[in-house]
Amino acid sequence: MAKTHVTMKVNGAEVEGLVEPRTLLVHFIRENLQLTGTHIGCETTHCGACTVDIDGMSVKSCTMFAVQADGSDIITVEGIANADGTLSALQEGFRMMHGLQCGFCTPGMIVRAHRLLKENPSPSEPEIRMGISGNICRCTGYQNIVKAIQYASAKINGVEFQEAAE
Amino acid sequence: MIPGPFSYHRPASVADAVKLLVDLGEDARPLAGGHSLVPMMKLRLATPAHLIDLRGIAALKGVSRNGNNLVIGAMTTQHELLASDEVAKSMPILHEAALLIADPQVRYRGTIGGNVANGDPGNDMPALMMTLGATYHLEGAGGARDVAAADFYQGAYFTALEPGEILTSITVPVPAAGHGYAYEKLKRKVGDYATAAAAVVLTMAGGKVATCSIGLTNVHETPLLATDAANAVIGTSLDAATLKKAAAAASAIMSPAADARGPVEYRKHVGGIMVTRALQRAAAIAK
Repeated sequence: MAKTHVTMKVNGAEVEGLVEPRTLLVHFIRENLQLTGTHIGCETTHCGACTVDIDGMSVKSCTMFAVQADGSDIITVEGIANADGTLSALQEGFRMMHGLQCGFCTPGMIVRAHRLLKENPSPSEPEIRMGISGNICRCTGYQNIVKAIQYASAKINGVEFQEAAE
Repeated sequence: MIPGPFSYHRPASVADAVKLLVDLGEDARPLAGGHSLVPMMKLRLATPAHLIDLRGIAALKGVSRNGNNLVIGAMTTQHELLASDEVAKSMPILHEAALLIADPQVRYRGTIGGNVANGDPGNDMPALMMTLGATYHLEGAGGARDVAAADFYQGAYFTALEPGEILTSITVPVPAAGHGYAYEKLKRKVGDYATAAAAVVLTMAGGKVATCSIGLTNVHETPLLATDAANAVIGTSLDAATLKKAAAAASAIMSPAADARGPVEYRKHVGGIMVTRALQRAAAIAK
């Protein structure tokens, strides 16, 4: 099968590659670009571990072909840290609130929460839970993931994070 | 989970897309958001030799008001429907139903055109479009034609679309001011198809139902209009006996498959409950 030339911007850098049309975006990111932070979980559009940000949208990269992303601007979990290499508010939130256990879902959770907070910098707890409803975590029970996003929201808004009483 | 090989095409106009579909024949499939087709291709349940990606066609995007209708481009995503002030204002049931489709990531990609044209009985928009009296605009080599949503669905994955035709837009009449509406969907979890779902659009006058339309999702191989159930509530104040009668009339036309969502009798039973709840909620918000 003839290969197709694709170019896109990934975490601010122009990249290109030759792909078969059937190459999934997640495989292009992990194998061609060697950016293995984006995980493959279920491969059936359910779990959200492969979530990346494409042109301002959270997308499950296992359910899109690389050719469909030709010309787009992509952020993966490798592009979430601050420009100076320090942890972003979200990453700091996941660290401080223990928003992970095994860590497999974390790249997808962080990339999804990144877009959620861009669209709604002060989400309520139900809005956070609905906002990450396309991402499955089998360890935490989500409680600390929600807290991590609340922590990041508070930090972005310049207010002190107050943990809700349980 | 890697699809079979195919050739990829990205036409810039509807005319080019139709020409490709006609020239490449039945091994070619249009690609919208891809969130039904790509999973089927990964399972090799679909093995098209050619994909014709519609995303480069600007004319297929957007929501606009045209007189008393909303005209929705086929490539408008569920996320864009949710972000539309026009939809929220004039057709809130569309906002409500879009929010119950899949999850945020899928809604960024999934399109209304793909949702209605695929013919999947689990999709939510077809029954809603029938309830609202929508019309689908189809374009093919022989020209364009309009088909009522109510006449479009022939069987699971079988629709009125002819080979070489693309659904390009949907025209939906805006319901009367003060109408009541509800889309009640029972599902096991976020991202699941409906075990059963019901759409209701009604108007009230003097405490009684003046007009009513009821649509049903995933309780038959096609979406259904529950006409007898709707007629049973017109002229009533939706008392308990009437609600029971309407639920029974709706259940009578359901023939769901027994699957992981439950046996046939259960799905018919909860289908009736969805109709009851949707009627009650719609009546409560009607002015």
